[in-house]
Amino acid sequence: MASAREPLLAAHGVVKRFGHVQALSGADFTAHAGEVVALIGDNGAGKSTLVNVLSGVLTPDEGEVRLDGVPIRFTGPMDAQRHGVETVYQDLSLAPDLDAAANLYLGRELVRGGFLGRLGVLDRPTMRREAVAAFGELGVELKDVTAPVTTLSGGQRQSVAVARAVAFANKVIFMDEPTAALGVVQRARVLETVRRVADRGICVVLISHNMPEVLSVADRVEVLRLGRRVASFTAADTTIEELVGAMTGSLDEPAHNGNHAPVGTTEAEDGR
Amino acid sequence: MSANSQDIKPTAKAPDAPESDGGRFAVPPWLRRAAGVSELWTFVILVALVAFFTIAAPGKFFTTYDITQIAVNASIYLVLGVGMTFVIITAGIDLSIGSVLVLAAVSAGEYNVHHGGPTAGWGTVVVCVVIALAVGTGWGALQGAVVATGKVPPLIVTLGGLGAALGIAELATGGQDPAGAAATHLQNSLGFGKLLGIPWMVILAAVVTALFGAVLGATRFGSHTLAIGSNPTAVRRAGIPVGRHLIKVYGLMGLLAGLGAVMWLASYGTTSIAGHSTDNLKVITAVVLGGTSLFGGRGSVLGTVIGVFIPAVLTTGLIVIGVQQYWQDVAVGVVLVVAVYIDQMRRKTRERA
Ligand SMILES: Nc1ncnc2c1ncn2[C@@H]1O[C@H](COP(=O)(O)OP(=O)(O)OP(=O)(O)O)[C@@H](O)[C@H]1O
Ligand SMILES: [Mg+2]
Repeated sequence: MASAREPLLAAHGVVKRFGHVQALSGADFTAHAGEVVALIGDNGAGKSTLVNVLSGVLTPDEGEVRLDGVPIRFTGPMDAQRHGVETVYQDLSLAPDLDAAANLYLGRELVRGGFLGRLGVLDRPTMRREAVAAFGELGVELKDVTAPVTTLSGGQRQSVAVARAVAFANKVIFMDEPTAALGVVQRARVLETVRRVADRGICVVLISHNMPEVLSVADRVEVLRLGRRVASFTAADTTIEELVGAMTGSLDEPAHNGNHAPVGTTEAEDGR
Repeated sequence: MSANSQDIKPTAKAPDAPESDGGRFAVPPWLRRAAGVSELWTFVILVALVAFFTIAAPGKFFTTYDITQIAVNASIYLVLGVGMTFVIITAGIDLSIGSVLVLAAVSAGEYNVHHGGPTAGWGTVVVCVVIALAVGTGWGALQGAVVATGKVPPLIVTLGGLGAALGIAELATGGQDPAGAAATHLQNSLGFGKLLGIPWMVILAAVVTALFGAVLGATRFGSHTLAIGSNPTAVRRAGIPVGRHLIKVYGLMGLLAGLGAVMWLASYGTTSIAGHSTDNLKVITAVVLGGTSLFGGRGSVLGTVIGVFIPAVLTTGLIVIGVQQYWQDVAVGVVLVVAVYIDQMRRKTRERA
C-alpha cells in the first residue's frame, strides 16, 4: 500500500455521546480505496456507533470526517449514498415480500421512458435484467429474481443486501457483521464477494467478531476499545493473539499504535 | 388486469424455502407460484359458489338480472375495497370509511339542498361531486398524517375518525337525512343509467379497480406501498419518505370514500346517515378474503374484487334458493377467520426461514 496515498475515508477525534454514555471518545479511523478494513473491538467498544457516524446515520458531537480528503458532514444515510457510501445493515434492511430485483432498486426504481415513466410505471424487465447481472457479478446465482426474498436462503438474502450496496456504492461499503448469521459455505461466499468488491477499487469496512475471518479477508485491521482506536494492524503481519490483546487491552503497550502499526496506514496525521 | 408477478406469493410449503442454495425440487416455478397465489383459492371458492347456486336454482340464479344486481350492489364496496387494499398493505387499517362516506355525502347533499335540490342543474351536480371527493380526501389525508407520526396506531386514529366524522355529519344535519340531497340529474345518469346495457355504477367501479390495480402492480407508488408494509425501516433507510407515502395512501382511501358517497347519492338519493356503520367491517372482510395480508406487505386489487363478490354472490344466491340470507353472515364470518388463520400460518412458516 502506497504510504503517500490520501486516505479515501478518514475520521479524526470523533466524539459521540448518548446522554451520559460516551460511545466514542476521540475515535480515529482510516481507510483507503480498494482495501478491506476490519473494524474490531469488544462488545460496546463503539464499532456500530463509529460506522453510523461514518455512514451518515448519526452526526458526531465532535471531530471530523473526511471523504477524499475533503471534510464532510452527511445529513443522513441518503446523503452518504449520494456520495457513494453504502451500508449493509446487520438486519439486511430488505423488504421480505418484494422480489430481489425490487429490493435491489428499492428507493431507486427504474421507470419506463416517456409518459408512462412520468406516471411512475416501473420498468421491471430492465430492473430484473440488471439484477441478474448484478448478482452474476457477485457470483451469486438466483434461480428466480421474481421470487420474494423471504423465500430465499439466508445467504442469498445476504447477497441481495450486498448486491444492493455494491450496485450503487462507488467509494465505501460498510458491513456490520455480515456473516454473523451464516453457515460455513455462505460465509465463504460473502467473504469472497467482499474481496471481489474491494478489488474493484471500493473500500469495504467490515465489522466482525470472528478473528480468523478477519485475518483471512481483511487487508488491515483497526481495533477500537472504549470508544478509541487503540491499534491498527496489517492483517498479513499479525496474529489472533495480537488482535485479541489489543481488543482487551492486555497487550496495551506493544499494540498501542506501536511497532505493529504499519507505516503505510498510521500516518503522522493520526496524531498519536 | 391488476394481477402482476408482484402479487404472486409462494405457498408456505414452497419446497425451496429454508434450505441452502443447493438442492431444490424440480417443481416448475409456474406451478409453485400458481398454487401459491392466494387469489386463486378465493377465486375457486367464488366459482364454486356460482356453480352451486346455478345448479341449485336452474334458470333463476344465473340471469343477467341477478348478475347486474350483484354488480351494482357490489360496486360501492368494490370502490371502497380498492382503497382499503392499499391501506391494509401498508399494515394499516381504516375503520372510518363508512363515516367518511356519510360526511362526504352530507357535505355534498347539503350543498345540493341549498342549490336547487332534486331539480338542481349540472353545475350543482359537478360542485357536489367535487365537494364529496375533496371532503373524503381531506379527511383521509388528515388521518394519514396522524398515522404517519407513528405515535398513534391506525386502528385508533381511524376509530377516532369514525366517531368524529359521523358526529360532524350529524351536527350538520341534526341527525336527519336532508331531503333533496341528490339531484335527479345525478340519479338518472350515474345512478340508473347504462352504457350498452352495463350500469354506469359498474363501469365506474371497474375503471377505478383497473386503474388502481395497475397503480399497485406496476408503479413506483404501488411498489413503495408494498415495501412499507413489508419493512418500513428498510424503506426509510432507502430514502423513501414513509410518512408522506402514508398520507397519500390514507388520502386515497378518503378519496374513494368520497367517490363512494357520490355513488351512494346517485343510487339511493339520500345520505343514509345511519346506514353505514358496518361498511368498514364489510370492506375489510372483502379485502382480507381476497388474500391481502393484515400484517402488510402482500395483497392485490384483483383479490379484493373476488373478496367483494363472495358475500354478494352468497346473499343473492341464498335468497334465490330460498334460504334465510342471514346464513350469509355466518358463512362469511367463518371463511374470514379461516382466511386469516391461513395467512398467519403462512407468515409463521416464512419467518422461521
Ligand atoms: N442509541 C444509543 N443510546 C444510548 N447508548 C448507546 C446507543 N448506541 C450505542 N450506545 C452505547 O454506546 C456504546 C457503544 O455501542 P456500540 O453499539 O457502538 O458498540 P459495538 O462496538 O457495536 O458493540 P457490539 O459488538 O456489541 O455490537 C455502548 O455502551 C452502547 O450501550
Ligand atoms: Mg454493534
